[in-house]
Amino acid sequence: MAHPVQTEAEVVESTPVGAYRRLVLRAPEAAPRVRPGHFATLAVGGSGSSMLLRRAFSIHRADPAAGTVELIIAEHGPGTRELVRSRVGDRLSLIAPLGTPFPVPEGPVSALLVAGGYGSAPLFGLAEQIKRRGGQVGFILGAATGARLFGVEQARALTQDVLVVTEDGSAGLTGRVTDVLAQAIKAIDATVVHACGPMPMLRAVTSIAEELGARCWTAVEESMACGVGICMTCVLPVVGEDGVSRFVRSCTDGPVFDGAKVRWADIGIVPADLEGAAAMGVKA
Amino acid sequence: MEPQQVDLTAPFGGRTLPNPLTTASGCAGYGRELAKFVPLDELGSVTTKTIMPYPRSGRATPRMAETPSGMLNSIGLQGAGVGHFVRNELPWLAERGARVLVSVAGERLEEFAEVAEQLNGQPGVIGIEVNISCPNVADRGLVFACNPATSYDVVRAVRRVADAELPVYAKLSPDVTSITEIAAACVQAGADGLSMINTTLGLAIDPVTMRPALAGTTGGLSGPAIRPIAVRCVHQVHAEMLAGRIPAVPILAMGGLRTGLDALEFALAGASGVAVGTTLFNDPAAPLRILDELRTELAARGFAKFTDAVGYAHRPATT
Repeated sequence: MAHPVQTEAEVVESTPVGAYRRLVLRAPEAAPRVRPGHFATLAVGGSGSSMLLRRAFSIHRADPAAGTVELIIAEHGPGTRELVRSRVGDRLSLIAPLGTPFPVPEGPVSALLVAGGYGSAPLFGLAEQIKRRGGQVGFILGAATGARLFGVEQARALTQDVLVVTEDGSAGLTGRVTDVLAQAIKAIDATVVHACGPMPMLRAVTSIAEELGARCWTAVEESMACGVGICMTCVLPVVGEDGVSRFVRSCTDGPVFDGAKVRWADIGIVPADLEGAAAMGVKA
Repeated sequence: MEPQQVDLTAPFGGRTLPNPLTTASGCAGYGRELAKFVPLDELGSVTTKTIMPYPRSGRATPRMAETPSGMLNSIGLQGAGVGHFVRNELPWLAERGARVLVSVAGERLEEFAEVAEQLNGQPGVIGIEVNISCPNVADRGLVFACNPATSYDVVRAVRRVADAELPVYAKLSPDVTSITEIAAACVQAGADGLSMINTTLGLAIDPVTMRPALAGTTGGLSGPAIRPIAVRCVHQVHAEMLAGRIPAVPILAMGGLRTGLDALEFALAGASGVAVGTTLFNDPAAPLRILDELRTELAARGFAKFTDAVGYAHRPATT
């Protein structure tokens, strides 16, 4: 896990991007530590806020020279609504970087980067890293509507292999990322897939990638109370290196997991073969 | 008086801690993650997540729901068991100079004692907190802390096997008709101190699914929302001790502590120690801030020592 920094970060830019809000925060100690896939949390309101739980966001970009960290925020409820309304000059309690980054192979690889909605935020920095090491990338960017896509132009600046898919057909092809995934993996001979988005999408992407023999790294979105590994709320069942399945924290053991090790079908239950399930009275 | 002159030291069992602040069980894991934000040896002590005899997966997700000035949780005492704790976590804590208050639990009486026994002679351990009140055990109808007789039995079983120099604290639930009755039973059973309060049972309904928000249906409510309940419990039990109806033992208070002023409030109500819990999720660096604020609040009221403020709200009215 990354060594996080907790800081009162000044908002230096706040701009709308489609359905989202891009916040640039001054965090000179945190910025150099950020790798693609890391996430950050923001507290909502001041020290007396009635919304206690920090909100987690994947880090879109970090600029060590400028000492800034960029987050993409989607408005989901009262907490994110307040964060979206922050103004330049406001100070927000930021903790970053958190979690595990995407693993990047040393040598050149062909990687397909797949995102649902603003799940694409961390993938552009990852694409740059892969390309710097002599690899090539393709993108599939999907969303419910065109306004909920993020980073199509950034993706096109990185590669000509960009597929855009929307459920309502308002941009690109009509459908879901999984409709075009197999074809895209084959088209660029991808040996690795990096995916970020809602759980059902990650599950489907993992399954298609596995069938085609591609390694699939997934950045999960579990709801978290703390983001730093102390509350134990963001767990999901994952097969360990010893072959034993356990509830592990998506904040410190993830958010990036080998998709093949995540027991997607068992999220939301206690499977009987999970370590410690017997103590919960779960029987096979 | 200057805040830096205020003496925060707090007696605990036979020893003196540098300050009265600890972490609330279940809110700081086993300390490793918190250590990235706070040097653990600067806390008076570190209270661990509850340790059970064997690995326990905990409940399914969703395990958490945010509520006004608080949250509901239904973790279900996830943990790797006492063996793992003693081998892998405790030595790490001891190396960092942490003074460790170990929270223990079991499904049955014997299991509490089994965990406590394995802590004897272990490095870093300064006391045991008996979690008789977790609302997330499998059979929620049988929380030990809801009945004076079962509370008595568990505390007695732990006190009997634990090293004599390790103080045994009983952690009480606010979800009882009479907290003083349970407190009295625990002290009679040999408890050296009382921790209060555990979470109080609550429920939230997800407006989208229109079903309970937590997989476990109910959850424990924590955070500033429950602080007045905790202050009430501390005040009631301390009053009984002053009246001689319960033998006097120290009270460790927790429940929505967020600031130094909150810590002072608990002390005035009768707490000799205070724990920060859910606030750590919002602000993992909170402990050092709270200690600074506590010094300032004590100094502003002319208290030279933290211990002088303990129970001060109970002094007779003056004309």
